Amino acid sequence: MIIELIIMLIKAFVVGGGICTIAQLLINYTKITSGKILVYFLLSGVILQALGLYQYLVDFAGAGATVPISGFGYLLADGAMKGAKISLFNAITGGVSAASMGITAAIVFGYIFAVLFKSKSKKN
Amino acid sequence: MKTSADCENKNYLEYVKAISPKTKEKRSLFHAFWVGGVICMIGQILRMIYESLIGLQGDELASYVSMTMIFLGAFLTGLGVYDRIGKYAGGGSIVPITGFANSVVSPAMEFKTEGYIYGTAAKMFIIAGPIIVFGVASSVLVGILYFIGYRVF
Amino acid sequence: MKRTIYFKNKPTIVGTGTIAGPKESSGSIAKYIKNKLDDDMYGEESYEKAESKMLFNAIKTAIDDSKKKDNEIDALIAGDLLNQIVASTFAARNFRFGYLGVYNACATFTEALTLGATLIDGGYMKNVVCATSSHFSSAERQYRYPLELGSTRPPQAQWTVTGAGACVLSSEGRGPKITCATIGKIIDFGVIDANNMGAAMAPAASDTLFTHFKETGLTPDDYDLIVTGDLGVLGSRALKDLIWEKGFDIEKQHVDCGELVYNICEDEYQGGSGAGCSSLVFSSYLYNKLKNKKLNKILLIATGALLSSLSAQQGESIPAIAHAVSLES
Repeated sequence: MIIELIIMLIKAFVVGGGICTIAQLLINYTKITSGKILVYFLLSGVILQALGLYQYLVDFAGAGATVPISGFGYLLADGAMKGAKISLFNAITGGVSAASMGITAAIVFGYIFAVLFKSKSKKN
Repeated sequence: MKTSADCENKNYLEYVKAISPKTKEKRSLFHAFWVGGVICMIGQILRMIYESLIGLQGDELASYVSMTMIFLGAFLTGLGVYDRIGKYAGGGSIVPITGFANSVVSPAMEFKTEGYIYGTAAKMFIIAGPIIVFGVASSVLVGILYFIGYRVF
Repeated sequence: MKRTIYFKNKPTIVGTGTIAGPKESSGSIAKYIKNKLDDDMYGEESYEKAESKMLFNAIKTAIDDSKKKDNEIDALIAGDLLNQIVASTFAARNFRFGYLGVYNACATFTEALTLGATLIDGGYMKNVVCATSSHFSSAERQYRYPLELGSTRPPQAQWTVTGAGACVLSSEGRGPKITCATIGKIIDFGVIDANNMGAAMAPAASDTLFTHFKETGLTPDDYDLIVTGDLGVLGSRALKDLIWEKGFDIEKQHVDCGELVYNICEDEYQGGSGAGCSSLVFSSYLYNKLKNKKLNKILLIATGALLSSLSAQQGESIPAIAHAVSLES
């Protein structure tokens, strides 16, 4: 049982780290800014899941595949695909419903912390 | 308006490219790998805790994990730690969902000086806005395509 | 077509004032800086207000240093990097003398000196203050990303100087004199990368320098120092290569304010930049050396990258400018 958990942790580490390394490769070799990288990774998550591929990565690595922003794309696409089985209404709202927690958390925590904290200057 | 031809100087641009310093590649890749890996591992640990202790499952489990990660990213940004991590890790801290939280909180904090409505609230998504826009739009597209697919076949 | 102005009456710099943030105050020119801040907020609520207060402080210090009274000053010529140069304007509203706001990005300081010297040399005014400022945090917020965003800086990036410098120019008195100035023209070699301003500005500096040598008949050996504003390590190298191609070797005389202002270029990568960079280094270190006759004749060329965050997003290349001012002790 414990060995299983540790193996899962290692998988999450390797896959998550691997996805981040791809992003770093893009930063090093192209002049893509961080905002664009987030968009590209999100869209690749959506596309991979639409093709039914990202699910394998999620099953394999757990949080290693869901924590990177491509996992957010996976969540959106997965929700939409599940909704499509039910009705057109669910096909349209399914994606946002699945990702609603992430969006809500970002807005609520974002606002709270912005009110509580202040930008600090950098020394280096 | 395009830059006029006489302004352009191909030789000079090639020369600049040649003398421009390069990012320390291998080191930056290693930093991105281990920091990104650790962040994902924290996500996995949270998953395990929520699963075994609270008994959450499926979508609910995934949602609470990402909520917690967003909380952590936002909190570290507020403390002024996340930009330090970002400087060290590059892609390793941009790509995880904590980086998404960072890109929401940092402009919100920064523009607080312009007020809570036009500053914080309005500028909150200047960097993360495209993620929501493309994410929602592409999910609707996928949903409709699948819906048509299910109906036709 | 002439771009060099000779000042027959030799306007004199009779006093300077400098103020710098914590990072600059621990740099290599620290002991020449008059006011050092521990906190770059300077007790204000926003970085823009802090920058304005710093500029005000620098102007005030310069006037005190020149031992003149406020009512003896005829005009203030100032500029900064903020939109609509608000730091300068807001600093100027605390003074009662005339105000000319100027903007040439990081070349603003030599532009101000040129204009000030012209006003005095023409006999229109007696005492003019020239000042510029910049602030890392306000510039970062305007041109780049929020401070707390965890993004990486590319290795060709520069670090905006937090600081302000002011000079009092006078028609009489003792001190370094401005002998001539060569105004720059816009040069655009098509550099698009907004992080690589050194490379964008080097051709402009080279053009102004070449024009200066051609029109005055001087050579690099006539100067003790040829000081560029904020080309950084990469831009300095590009300038030396460009001017060498035109037949002048400035290897011995050349220094760059951006390279001078910080100790080691580790996190700053290429060194300092910003409108405050050249004014801070000149008004502290170089002024001191000129006044004490350690340096006899220097050429100050501040360089400016005239981009806006919108023009960069629209994929425009970066037009650059450089103005040269020749000073004698």
